[in-house]
Amino acid sequence: MPEFTLQSLGDLIVYLGDLLRFLLGVQLGLPELVVGLIMNLLTVVIVATVALLIPVFTIWLERKVAGRFQDRLGPNRVGPYGLLQSIADVVKLLGKEDITPAGADKVVYNLAPLLSVVSVIAIWAVIPFGPGMIGADIDVGILYVVAISGLGTIAIKMGGWSSNNKFALLGAFRTVAQLVSYEVPMIVALLIPVIIASGFGARHPMSMQEIVIAQGNVWFIIAAPLAALLFFATSIAEIGRAPFDLLEAESEIVAGFHIEYTGMKFGMWMLGEFLHAFTICVLTAVIFLGGWQGPGVNQWPMLGIFYLFAKSFFMYFVVIWVRSTLPRIRIDHLLSFNWKFLVPVSLVALVVTALAQKAMAEWLPGIGDVGQAVGLFIVNAILMFAIVEFIRRGAREARAQAEAEHGSGEPGSGAHDEVSHGEASPGEAAAAATHAPAH
Amino acid sequence: MIPLSWYLTLAAALFAIGLYGVLARRNAVAILMGVELMINAVIINLVAFWRYLQPTGISGQVFAVIVFAVAAAEASVGLALIISIYRRRNSVVAEEMNLLKW
Amino acid sequence: MDISQIIFLIVATATLISALMVVTTRNLVHGALWLIVALFGVAVVFVLLEAGFIAVVQVVLFIGAIAILIIFAMMLTRRALSDEPHQTNSQWPISALVAAASFVALTGLTSFLPDWQWPSLAASDSAQLSGNLQQLGYALVQPNQFALPFQVASVLLIVALIGAVAVAGEKK
Repeated sequence: MPEFTLQSLGDLIVYLGDLLRFLLGVQLGLPELVVGLIMNLLTVVIVATVALLIPVFTIWLERKVAGRFQDRLGPNRVGPYGLLQSIADVVKLLGKEDITPAGADKVVYNLAPLLSVVSVIAIWAVIPFGPGMIGADIDVGILYVVAISGLGTIAIKMGGWSSNNKFALLGAFRTVAQLVSYEVPMIVALLIPVIIASGFGARHPMSMQEIVIAQGNVWFIIAAPLAALLFFATSIAEIGRAPFDLLEAESEIVAGFHIEYTGMKFGMWMLGEFLHAFTICVLTAVIFLGGWQGPGVNQWPMLGIFYLFAKSFFMYFVVIWVRSTLPRIRIDHLLSFNWKFLVPVSLVALVVTALAQKAMAEWLPGIGDVGQAVGLFIVNAILMFAIVEFIRRGAREARAQAEAEHGSGEPGSGAHDEVSHGEASPGEAAAAATHAPAH
Repeated sequence: MIPLSWYLTLAAALFAIGLYGVLARRNAVAILMGVELMINAVIINLVAFWRYLQPTGISGQVFAVIVFAVAAAEASVGLALIISIYRRRNSVVAEEMNLLKW
Repeated sequence: MDISQIIFLIVATATLISALMVVTTRNLVHGALWLIVALFGVAVVFVLLEAGFIAVVQVVLFIGAIAILIIFAMMLTRRALSDEPHQTNSQWPISALVAAASFVALTGLTSFLPDWQWPSLAASDSAQLSGNLQQLGYALVQPNQFALPFQVASVLLIVALIGAVAVAGEKK
């Protein structure tokens, strides 16, 4: 019988797991296989329930915070501070008529939103909540996350195609083009913390739990700020949020691929999207901000959950901030930004990080984690400065060329189009996009 | 313990089904789907033999990774060709592509 | 009949049924979805074979890239909104015969080899499988191991990339 001490209060979930295993295995005498099965099933149910309950809170949070960014209050009528607004929304969606458009492919039409939500919940299986608390500690956790994102892409394409609607199909094409394009720099940016983790001595550097353990002394955002920025930016593109939300903007493509979805099916798409937004914040927190690491987490592992969610909610605030601040990017700017800027930058960052980490391991062997992180930070800073200089020079040349061609008497769309082709950095592309016909 | 013969039978069955798909379908994209099934059967075979014959070595997995790369290259070029043919002849039915037949 | 055998039988049956649906269904996009199910079944078989990396690469590559490409190509090359009435061409009986014959030949192959012994899994092998990812990485870049096939594969991928863009790109 596992003892209940003060220590196990700090490690509550692991203690409860041991207790349940003891009860099932010894007291009830069930065979090892059945005990394992029941424990796994219970883990799945608990993690999936937590994952599904989170959007109920984050939708309210998003509407309040986005409202504050826009100098208004956000929902404040339903319940104190509008806390019950999400529940009111769910009730409204449940009450709507469940239409299947004529000529739509019924099985695929109904399956697509389900697959989208399933593919997001499946990511929660590899998120480490604390030391010893993880759904499935597989060797290749990071690659698993990438794989599951691919499944979500298929769900969107199926939703768009099965609606038997040209706007939906077009929206689905654009969505899949954007999602598949932005997966490339995301994968390369995810390899950089793997390299750093193996440099810090992790045995299975692709496993999520090992990556969090490797951040015990210093977070990866200090060792690889460029990779963190790349991963965060490409993940925002992966979930289809502003400024990359051309796919579902009501004013652009008439709500894109989920135009024909009503009622609870639309609710599932929205649920999947909000959950995905929070999931990438959790992933950024796990991979770059130290996950459950924090002061005192080795004595009281339950604090790990608190640290993880605090960091995730901070990143979610950043996501809402980005959404409220940047204008929408046009589809061709979006794709050229990816292929002409993000992919080369991510590849260069990967090569430079690998070289720097190997060089430090060879010539400065006793430097330890913090030393390696500082060295990599310096390398990253030099790289980012070089990239910004490169872009600035390219923009200067393009602007000079545009002014030489058009003269100073036409400061309209001509010069700005030239500028937008020469510059590719996020802020300047967004500034160029404001001159494009986007609201 | 799953005997090796089960894996090989699964791979052979998948290969046979893929072969039927390649030989008996009209649409070029459907033929390509049959080819993908055959490639998957081959990879199952490779990984099964790696696991049973030489699990401490690495050549089986390397072979499988290279076959993945080849499969990806082949699928992309094949589909590019199909799209290009569709642009020219407005059809992807394999029987109608008979300009080079005698 | 232990649990891994039961799981294998279930997964194998699901994979084979999905593969059959891929090659016999009339609606091509449904066929692509069945292909995704079959590929997922193959990924589960890889997990049963304790090749976790290969399983995840299968999902990323085949389902996340190749299946999406196939669905894209299907949607871009549809003649009308309705599908073709006949999806099988005129030589399907012979094709079925050839497929069945190849299946029989492949499964009966081992009876032609006089010294063939069916290898069995030693229980100690599982412990030595861990750390394979690093071994795989080293094997792909060591000059005396597999660096050359790796480089050739990368050249092949670049050639395929340029070729696909050149063939399917819009001619201006």
